[in-house]
Amino acid sequence: MTDVLFILFAVVATGGAIGVVTGRSPVASLLFMVATLASLAGIYVLFEAHFLAAIQVLVYAGAIMVLFLFVIMLLNLGHDYRADLKYGSWTLLSLVVVGLTAGVLVHGLMGTEETGLRAGGAEVAAAIDAAVVEKGAVGVIADPLFTDWVVAFELMGLLLLVAIVAAVVLAKPRDREGGN
Amino acid sequence: MGEMQELSTFWFVTIGAVKVLAVFTVVMVVVAYMTLAERRVSAFIQDRLGPNRVGPFGLLQPIADGLKNIIKEETMPGTAAKFYFVLGPALAIMPAVVTMAVIPFAAPLPTPVGTVDMVVADVPIGILYILALSSLAVYGIVLSGWASNNKYAFLGGLRASAQMISYEVALGLSVIAVLLLVGNVTLTETVWQQQQLGMWFVFPLSLAFIFFLISALAETNRLPFDMPEAESELITGYHTEYSAMKFSMFFIAEYAHVVTASALLATLFFGGWDIPFWTGDDMFRHESGWIKGFDEAGAPIAATPSVLITLLTLGAFCAKTGFFLLLYIWIRWTLPRFRYDQVMHLGWKVMLPGALGYIMLVAGTMLVLEQLEVPFGMLYGGVLTGVSGITTLAFLFFVDRDRVISGAHRKRNVGRRRVPVAREAGGPAASN
Repeated sequence: MTDVLFILFAVVATGGAIGVVTGRSPVASLLFMVATLASLAGIYVLFEAHFLAAIQVLVYAGAIMVLFLFVIMLLNLGHDYRADLKYGSWTLLSLVVVGLTAGVLVHGLMGTEETGLRAGGAEVAAAIDAAVVEKGAVGVIADPLFTDWVVAFELMGLLLLVAIVAAVVLAKPRDREGGN
Repeated sequence: MGEMQELSTFWFVTIGAVKVLAVFTVVMVVVAYMTLAERRVSAFIQDRLGPNRVGPFGLLQPIADGLKNIIKEETMPGTAAKFYFVLGPALAIMPAVVTMAVIPFAAPLPTPVGTVDMVVADVPIGILYILALSSLAVYGIVLSGWASNNKYAFLGGLRASAQMISYEVALGLSVIAVLLLVGNVTLTETVWQQQQLGMWFVFPLSLAFIFFLISALAETNRLPFDMPEAESELITGYHTEYSAMKFSMFFIAEYAHVVTASALLATLFFGGWDIPFWTGDDMFRHESGWIKGFDEAGAPIAATPSVLITLLTLGAFCAKTGFFLLLYIWIRWTLPRFRYDQVMHLGWKVMLPGALGYIMLVAGTMLVLEQLEVPFGMLYGGVLTGVSGITTLAFLFFVDRDRVISGAHRKRNVGRRRVPVAREAGGPAASN
């Protein structure tokens, strides 16, 4: 059952990802992307990472992609964007990047229990299960985030704040009457 | 006594399917009768009769409406983006009907095959599941507004996306105050902690309740927040071009959102299925079985699920949810519509900082109470109630000073306060 669901989600996620880059209109691309993000959330649920799945849908599918949609509609992008698409050397470059990434992933997955990406997987899974029982679905992530990694976490917050300030400065109209 | 008898896989699946069907059917029936209730209550408020011809008291009216919508002709605008035009209503209705799944609606029911949780899916992420799915609701509205290829519909869709993003923030922040007090995100535990505290969260978290109520109104796009379909400005906004059952699906989605929001208000702030002033119904799934609390030494006290308690608590849950459904209708036919800039002002400049400050206040109070080692009970809740009560009064005083929500009060106050009318609506910031 889990395998069937995994294959279903994986196919939708991959198909959606291909659809994003081949979509006929920006809105179609965006909806393909939402489908990909939602399928990834489904895969997270299969991995029992419920919190991650909820945040994936809430933040990416529910907030960021809605903003994208908002911007696409506000600018009212039609079909006249094709001239902006770059072919030729860019296609080659993207194929190289995709190939290299796939190679790394396949190499990691092909590895043995000791050397591959799955090394020590069973122990890690058991430790995570125990932590979920003890701290709840959110506590498992919140606990290390606000103790061991609190400095990095706060720095991330600061970085985002800087980005927001920059965006406000860029968006602010020049003072015509002076002051404000 | 209190022994936990787990369901076998077969019964778990069978009973799960029954629960899904039952909850879905009940929600759909409630939605159908909400439309009738809305028209009858609005008629009562406006001193009219309302639809009373079809069946006794007009009770068969929803069936007649449904039949009419199904057999009506579907129109398809010639310039619409056809695929997205059809996809829109489907995307709108999907999140609305699945969010009820995590709301517990009664105390556990004992059956010969084991004790059954009275919730479709007690997922470990509870409230986050509802927030995540309701954040997807905006796609249906925005897409149908865009696909209609109609300027009014398009404006409605844009307004909807701006409004729903804005109020989602305030909604999430007001829920955080509840999460602080519960210590977890599952809704079954929310009910349980309210039973343990001895009072519903509406008292110790009164301001969070007000924020949640307002944001829930805005999220469901109901008056006074129905900017996306403001008739006087946008015909009917994003569903201007829709007819027959496709239009009906937006309607069903809106009312299903209202039902979910009411059930959520009842669960988060009014104890869910808890019966007030009676500890006999306190029940929670614990390692050792069903418990109703802990004794002085911290040992769990066993609870016995019974059919009678399940029925009583189901009644309590329905009564509370029904009250909020009525409140929704009542608000719609009482308050006038906001102006669009007022909606944005309220969301970003009042609710967002207000909710953030309130979280800090609640967290600070809880920290002090825990340092003083006050047990989680009446005194703990009482102190929080006092602090929140003062904050709520201060907030209401601030909001009602004719600056944020002017509306009907303006005329009377202009003469008294001698404030230039032009500056009132948005403050100095909005004038440039």
